[in-house]
Amino acid sequence: MRIFGIISTLAWRNLWRNHRRTIIMVAAISVGVWAMIFMTALMRGMVNDMIRDGIEALPGTVQAHHPDYRDDPGINNLLPLTDTQITAAFAEADFAGWSSRVRVPGIASSEQDSRGVTLFGVDPARERSLAAVGSTVVEGRNLENTADKGVVIGRKLAEKLDTGLGKRIVLMSQDPNNEIADRGYRIVGLFEANLVSYEETMVFTGKATIQGMLGITDQVSEVAVLGTDYRNVDQLRYEVEQLIGDGAEVLPWQELNAYLGTMLGVMDGFVLVWMIVVFLALSFGLVNTLVMAVFERVREIGLMLALGMRPANILMQIVVESIMLLIIGLAIGNALAWVSIVPLKDGIDISMVAEGMEMFGAASILYPELQIRDAITANVVVLFLGFLASLSPAWRASRYQPIEAITKV
Amino acid sequence: MNLIFRLAWRNLWRQPRRTWLTIGAMVFSNALLVFMISIQFGMYDLMIDNTLKSLSGHMQVQAPGYIDDAKIRQVIPDVTTLAANLRSELGIDTIAARGAAFALSSSEERSYGVQILGVEPEHEVLVSTIPGLIGEGRFLQDSTAAEIVIGQVLARNLKSGIGGELTLLGSGRDGSFAAGIVTIVGIFDTGIPDIDRNIAEIPLHYFQDVFTMEGAGHEIVITAADLTMVDATKPRVEGLLPDDEDLVVHDWDALQPGLKQAIQADLSSAFFMYGVLVVLVAFSVLNTQLMSVLERTHEFGVVMALGLTPGRLGRIVMLETAFMGLVSVLLGATIGGLATLYFGYYGFSYPGMDELGANFNLPDRFYPQVTFSTLFLGPTIVFAGALFAAMYPAFRLRWLHPVDAMRAV
Repeated sequence: MRIFGIISTLAWRNLWRNHRRTIIMVAAISVGVWAMIFMTALMRGMVNDMIRDGIEALPGTVQAHHPDYRDDPGINNLLPLTDTQITAAFAEADFAGWSSRVRVPGIASSEQDSRGVTLFGVDPARERSLAAVGSTVVEGRNLENTADKGVVIGRKLAEKLDTGLGKRIVLMSQDPNNEIADRGYRIVGLFEANLVSYEETMVFTGKATIQGMLGITDQVSEVAVLGTDYRNVDQLRYEVEQLIGDGAEVLPWQELNAYLGTMLGVMDGFVLVWMIVVFLALSFGLVNTLVMAVFERVREIGLMLALGMRPANILMQIVVESIMLLIIGLAIGNALAWVSIVPLKDGIDISMVAEGMEMFGAASILYPELQIRDAITANVVVLFLGFLASLSPAWRASRYQPIEAITKV
Repeated sequence: MNLIFRLAWRNLWRQPRRTWLTIGAMVFSNALLVFMISIQFGMYDLMIDNTLKSLSGHMQVQAPGYIDDAKIRQVIPDVTTLAANLRSELGIDTIAARGAAFALSSSEERSYGVQILGVEPEHEVLVSTIPGLIGEGRFLQDSTAAEIVIGQVLARNLKSGIGGELTLLGSGRDGSFAAGIVTIVGIFDTGIPDIDRNIAEIPLHYFQDVFTMEGAGHEIVITAADLTMVDATKPRVEGLLPDDEDLVVHDWDALQPGLKQAIQADLSSAFFMYGVLVVLVAFSVLNTQLMSVLERTHEFGVVMALGLTPGRLGRIVMLETAFMGLVSVLLGATIGGLATLYFGYYGFSYPGMDELGANFNLPDRFYPQVTFSTLFLGPTIVFAGALFAAMYPAFRLRWLHPVDAMRAV
């Protein structure tokens, strides 16, 4: 143990013999670690936001449909259980939120124009338990109950249809006998969403109202269930499968929205690749510094060996020197990352590229998200790979022949 | 001068390990930059091409305000004559007139809201990839026939196919009721879900009949020889528009604002990452060159006492850096170029690209191209960064005093 104390002292002092070199290297490591953590926080913030928005729009983390519904999302593919049966089954369960809904393609027409939309028949109270898109309006009032005869539409759709609060629109869809079903509705509320496409295409009204218009009774298209953790949905999926029974397809959000599901995986991969790339760029400098440090001290190392210091201790001394260098760099890098991310907590406004971000499925305000897990990964990657990189120069240093080393000019 | 070159070159190989490590850092960054930039720029081009060539074209003539509201009454009067004029005046064939309206299209079994485009069959072929992507049946031929081509997703949703009849219901230009019965003659498969699900094309004259357009249309699509020609062509088109009609020309930027912004957003995050790499490499070079200058303090003192000016010495240091940089540019560009060639031949893909690419109209496998700019853009910046980093050690020499320097060990 005493020898370790001596080695540490030696390593520490050696580090500051050539303070310029050490400072440059520390600066490089700090910038590298800062970039690792900062970039990861930005990416994480963006992707997690996208997933949150996506889950609010789906809504929920798990949904149940008729097996053919996803291919043909129409009135003919309704869930086999009646809404009453579903409500009875789900009443017992302990979900963060759930909602059963009628969801069919349709057309919304004002006096001025028509647009293709998706019609939702919902239970407003249940929708709010999912924090679903459209469940809280910014203008007018929310839907009140399943029999509410008003509609809530997106602000953007209202603009496109040249209509507004209190005006009437006609909703058209198809009933189970392939006849056109339509009805006039008064717009009672306007909602806003993070993505314009939601505002343009989603139209909400009471569940019973739309069932009446479509000529179906007590039937729904989907059940959306919200779990507590979007990364772990297997258990939730199993529970929902048990409740909903046969004849329905229960899928997690990753499969319902393949883009988002893939994004999460790709992002995890990207974070690691980015960290390793930055480290590799750093590693050349690190090895270089150590090679120089050894090279300058060949005679000294020879002398220590001649005086009886074991090669293992020489090796340890160089490795400790490298680890110390890394730790100082890591400390500064982590501090820099924290200092640069905290002031951005309120989000970075990138609305100048809003429509571009919409293509990515992301909103126009970026909230960096510093995750301890990512910071730890960055530190571990640097320390572990840095340790590996320092082994080669350290090994060479410990293999010197004392006589040759001492006599070397 | 020759002497300085030789001195600089020899100095480099006094410490071959250090030189190679420094070059290694630069080669790593260069190769990575060449490869990444090839992939990135290749994808952008493909994204722009696929998105613009499918429908929107490089430019469009429209009525003012149509771009935002897309209302059926915002028209270009006598659209085919204007399109024909533009074709002959500009001397390009890739110009086509279109009308656009929203209609409920019903097969025997299903009804969906669809964007109906009225197109000139003989000209549409030259501005859009859709006619070339007809998988079943044929494209439209006769400009007055009651025929329609639809996307394969729509065909599946409507449960209809070639020879099937569709009823179109919508509102005409004057707000009157518009209805038509058309026969499906072709089904296209663009691979872009939005287009395959939402778009249907009918002949322009038939369109004008059904929607009481009285010879008017909504857009004239213009495709220039390539993207770089757009800026030059736009003012010429503007000059050819009739003075008595209020019409505007939008370029692709305005037609697809998301596209350029998505690229900008992606570029800025990429440039952040590249910047970090360049900074790390610059630190590496700074470290090496500073060490090599400090080592030679004694030597520099001697040559300065012999009459070599600090400026000359500084030039040697810069030249050493330039040599290292040059070797790195060559090696990096070669390695990066070869990697790009490999993927250019076998195709580049990563897990999840299938799902992610679909959002940006990209295929699941991508073939990057090696071009002069992708080959040298990154390495040039690294080279500049290295020279910049070497400036401090080089200029430090100005404060070197020959006598003190010679005393240094």
